[in-house]
Amino acid sequence: MKRFLLRRFLANDSNEPFVPNEKFQHPEVASELVVDHFNLSIDGSPILKDVSVTIPANKITCIIGPSGCGKSTLLKSLNRLSDSIEGVKTSGDIRLGDTSIVNCSDSDLVELRRRIGLVPQRPTPLPMSIFGNIAYGCKIHGVGGRRQLRRIVRHYLKVVGLWDEVKDRLHSPAVKLSIGQQQRLCLARSLAVEPEFILADEATSALDPVSSKIVEDLFVKLKEQYSIVMVTHTLRQALRIADYVIFIYMGEVIEVGDAQQVFKNPQHELTQKYLSGAIS
Amino acid sequence: MRTVTVVALLFVLVMGWGLYQKSAPILGEIPLWNLLTDSTWQPFKNQFGFLPFVMGTIWVTIIAIVISLPLSLFTAIFLTEYSRRCVKKIVYPALDILASLPSVIYGVWGTLVIVPWISDKLAPHFVDFSAGYTTLAAGIVLSIMVLPLLVSLFVELFSSVSVDLRDTAYALGSTRWQTAQKVVMRKSLPGIFASVVLAVSRALGETIAVLMVCGNLPQVPQSVFDACYPLPALIANNYGEMLSLPMYESALMFAALLLFVVVLLFNLVSRIILRKIEEN
Repeated sequence: MKRFLLRRFLANDSNEPFVPNEKFQHPEVASELVVDHFNLSIDGSPILKDVSVTIPANKITCIIGPSGCGKSTLLKSLNRLSDSIEGVKTSGDIRLGDTSIVNCSDSDLVELRRRIGLVPQRPTPLPMSIFGNIAYGCKIHGVGGRRQLRRIVRHYLKVVGLWDEVKDRLHSPAVKLSIGQQQRLCLARSLAVEPEFILADEATSALDPVSSKIVEDLFVKLKEQYSIVMVTHTLRQALRIADYVIFIYMGEVIEVGDAQQVFKNPQHELTQKYLSGAIS
Repeated sequence: MRTVTVVALLFVLVMGWGLYQKSAPILGEIPLWNLLTDSTWQPFKNQFGFLPFVMGTIWVTIIAIVISLPLSLFTAIFLTEYSRRCVKKIVYPALDILASLPSVIYGVWGTLVIVPWISDKLAPHFVDFSAGYTTLAAGIVLSIMVLPLLVSLFVELFSSVSVDLRDTAYALGSTRWQTAQKVVMRKSLPGIFASVVLAVSRALGETIAVLMVCGNLPQVPQSVFDACYPLPALIANNYGEMLSLPMYESALMFAALLLFVVVLLFNLVSRIILRKIEEN
């Protein structure tokens, strides 16, 4: 009965344009993420050293560099997920627009994290249904009402192209989806709280080539509305989709710039070596 | 290896068979239903009603779990989600010590602290007189005994929830409590259920600590301030004199068989329920 009503409801108003909840409206001018002389150490050993970069809005920024150079740590610092690492210490600042991420209070952090979404390396469906996964973010931010949640779930599942595949089993556990579908679900879940930035930590590395291509194309499509920061191990992927590139080596930012320029005409010797495969 | 496993399984069957053989005389004389539903326990008059003991066991176990379950859940959540490394370093060994203390120590502590507290402080608010040796005292002592077991199991469970899953919840803007409640605990639900089953099995069979504080009166407790007499206490208290009366030995062996069957059935049923939870 519940499913029948849901389906009927979804069939009825599927032509209405979707407007995000007023709590989730983007600012009129898209904000940049500014990392300002940021240092991070774990148990005394420095992981990020004096990192200063500006991550532009509405572009795909790829963070590249060899394994263990601090790419993921930098990404995690952007929404302060690095807080949960034991023994972590930071200095410097990271700002989203005018708001400091490093020095904000716990209550502001909740809102800041909503504005900076995350797509993890491996898909992490929350232990609930497909519907529950997408609705989770809205619920914890006080956006509720079955009708509204249903519209939100439908809209974002459509955005990631998952709607037709799952519309008949919205209430079945999300873990039953394939890995590729799970990753798109995770992306839809992040989008459902309308973040301004999306952080993706090697978001396609655990996927098969077909799913990987789908997710990659989604990112390209999404950059019109969202700013995307992506850590990637695959240089070819960065070449395909990046607008802006940050190259990190041993915790230091070596080169930053427009993707075409960094890939075709790298200024720094280390960047040249990395791009030619001499260091990996 | 296989032989050892089979022998271990055979032990259970042999024990069950042995207990059944020994309780056959009383089962031959008094119908099973009467044994279970009769509440008169007068071995001298050949009257063996097991209802007080069954009810005593159930009451004490329920009280113990009702007290220890929320306490242990909150403790484990605090330890895994909120506390710092130094707190964990102190609390984990302390829990191990608590778990390995001999039960007679809990019994003595119950007699010296819980029994007078119930008799002098708590009971006067509710009943005219209570000696303190009550179902409640047994339940409290037992709850403290199973607490370290439950906490260690829960800590183990919650720690095994992946960091990525927690990060996902945080990245959507969840607070720590929301993450603990809606993600960590929900993900661990089958494990929580299995741990409670283990704790109940332990509580059902706990003997010494309970018999020291429960009052040992063969009556069906009408309130938590009445004395009770659980099955293990019955067997332990009367084992020495069981040959003095006809049928007494058989009655005690039946008590043991009852306990054996209850624990076995409880474990079987909970395994079935656990499988259902895991499937969902």
